[in-house]
Amino acid sequence: MSVATIDLKAKAHWVWRETLGIHRRAPETRLASSLSSIEIFVALYYGEVLRQDPAYPLNEQRDRCVISKGHGSICMYPILADLGFFPMDELQKVCQTGGFLGGIPDPVIPGYETMNGSLGHGLGVATGMALGLKRKGNDRSVFVVCGDGELHEGANWEAIMFASQHKLDNLNLIVDDNHISMLGYTKDIVDHVDLGARLSAFGWDCSAVDGHDVIAVQAELMRMKSTHSGKPKALIARTLKGHGVPGLENAALCHILNPKPELIDSLLEQNP
Amino acid sequence: MSVKPLAMRDVLLDRIWVAMADDPKIFFVSADFGSPVLDKIRADYPDRFANVGIAEQNLINITAGLALEGYTVFAYAIAPFITMRCYEQIRVSLALLSEVRPMNVNLIGVGAGYSYVVSGPTHQCYEDLTLMRALPNFRVLSPADHVSASALFDTCIGMNGPKYLRFDAQVLPVIYEDGAPDQSVGFHVHQSGGKVCLVATGYMLHTAFKVAERLKAIGHSVGVVDLFDIANFDAQKLQSTLSAYSGVVSMEEGFRGRGGVDAMLFEFIARRNLKLRMHNIGVEGGYRFELGSRVELHEQVGIGPAFVENSVSAFIESLSE
Repeated sequence: MSVATIDLKAKAHWVWRETLGIHRRAPETRLASSLSSIEIFVALYYGEVLRQDPAYPLNEQRDRCVISKGHGSICMYPILADLGFFPMDELQKVCQTGGFLGGIPDPVIPGYETMNGSLGHGLGVATGMALGLKRKGNDRSVFVVCGDGELHEGANWEAIMFASQHKLDNLNLIVDDNHISMLGYTKDIVDHVDLGARLSAFGWDCSAVDGHDVIAVQAELMRMKSTHSGKPKALIARTLKGHGVPGLENAALCHILNPKPELIDSLLEQNP
Repeated sequence: MSVKPLAMRDVLLDRIWVAMADDPKIFFVSADFGSPVLDKIRADYPDRFANVGIAEQNLINITAGLALEGYTVFAYAIAPFITMRCYEQIRVSLALLSEVRPMNVNLIGVGAGYSYVVSGPTHQCYEDLTLMRALPNFRVLSPADHVSASALFDTCIGMNGPKYLRFDAQVLPVIYEDGAPDQSVGFHVHQSGGKVCLVATGYMLHTAFKVAERLKAIGHSVGVVDLFDIANFDAQKLQSTLSAYSGVVSMEEGFRGRGGVDAMLFEFIARRNLKLRMHNIGVEGGYRFELGSRVELHEQVGIGPAFVENSVSAFIESLSE
């Protein structure tokens, strides 16, 4: 399948439906933060951005994708299953005894690189991977997906400084900038003000995109991947937490809200 | 023939420097912490060296990423900082992740116990044994001289998984004149006899020898054991060693009764139902700011030779009651 033959918008819609279905079966999963990142992951995994081999998830010649906002990547479960990293029927066993797809994904899941969910770790580890790839002469890329709330963790900024110092232009950060962490809007908690300007000031090549326009996200990611100017790169994907779910979308407390099963059923019925 | 005492860090770093010539997998990262030998590594292998700056959290994350890419990583910083500043990074991306990925990671912490004598409690380190042994898949290696520190290189290279090397910042007298102890056993019996065995780690082995000599002068002979592999020693062998005694005394340059070597030995004795009484020597009185020599500081907190002699002597007397 090439990107030309995959309808990314249709795929994103399918992932949105599957993610709602998983959450209906496993309400312990974090729905709202998994809905803001759908188009990012669809662009990465279906848009020919990442080179991956589902049969050999740790193949040396893969592009590395570190999913730092682990809890907010339940939408990756249908994507990885669909691509053949594990059987589709695992999606029926999320958070269940005998399954391996938990409320927060762990690297026992084929396709996950690192420990996630405890926030603020992925970017630093991804930076170490990017350094390692450079130093051993491997030209594969490292992508890392963080939330904007998680950038409050100071260790991220240690990595951000290190990556530009070492000219890690194989490192690509995507910020799922949904503006909300657990207790409200990040601007009211600790405001990033202009995140792009801040990253640029730290020596990163920074751009922004409508994070729900999967075609635009894919185009930006392809541009980033092929750009090697001696700077690490960041894409700020402006997204909505709880995207597409009334009552959840962009609600201050949506991180911890669970829509009623009947609402999910009617949404799935209305959006086939 | 006497062996000239050297700094633990310099002998290990020298072995790493030598090995880097033939082993392209070795990578060295520092949190802006140096040594004369490190200058050779920096100069000769700039492609396999990185200074992350004063940023221990990033030191651990970079280490994890490099290890995932197949490097054998040595990470180097001052002991309290490489353990406590970045404990969650260690837990998440080294301890947890190495359960599901092959990772060879070696954290070298310099500054065990009071070895940064005049720097005060920020740079001294009395909690690391407790914290690092709480991580179930970490090796915790605590040598007592540069000969045994040097031998740890083979353990580091030969074994996957995360390890913590607790090094003294001072040059300590040589104990292993005739060669390093057997790494696979994890402890070494230096002398036997009497009712009580002193089980010491790191610098406290030197104190144990002094105490043993003083006790001998007043008619008590004691056993002395160097416990240098705190999490993975040969349990069966230690049990048979200790079974010859009525009492055991743990000696560590770390807080007393707070989960360090003493807790490990108390549990060891209880779980194995050994007929042994135990006494623990460790730092008491919490955090202190007094200045003085290392021995003076040790006497203030209950781990100096004079204090330990009295304490162990009383313990020995109590055994015959």
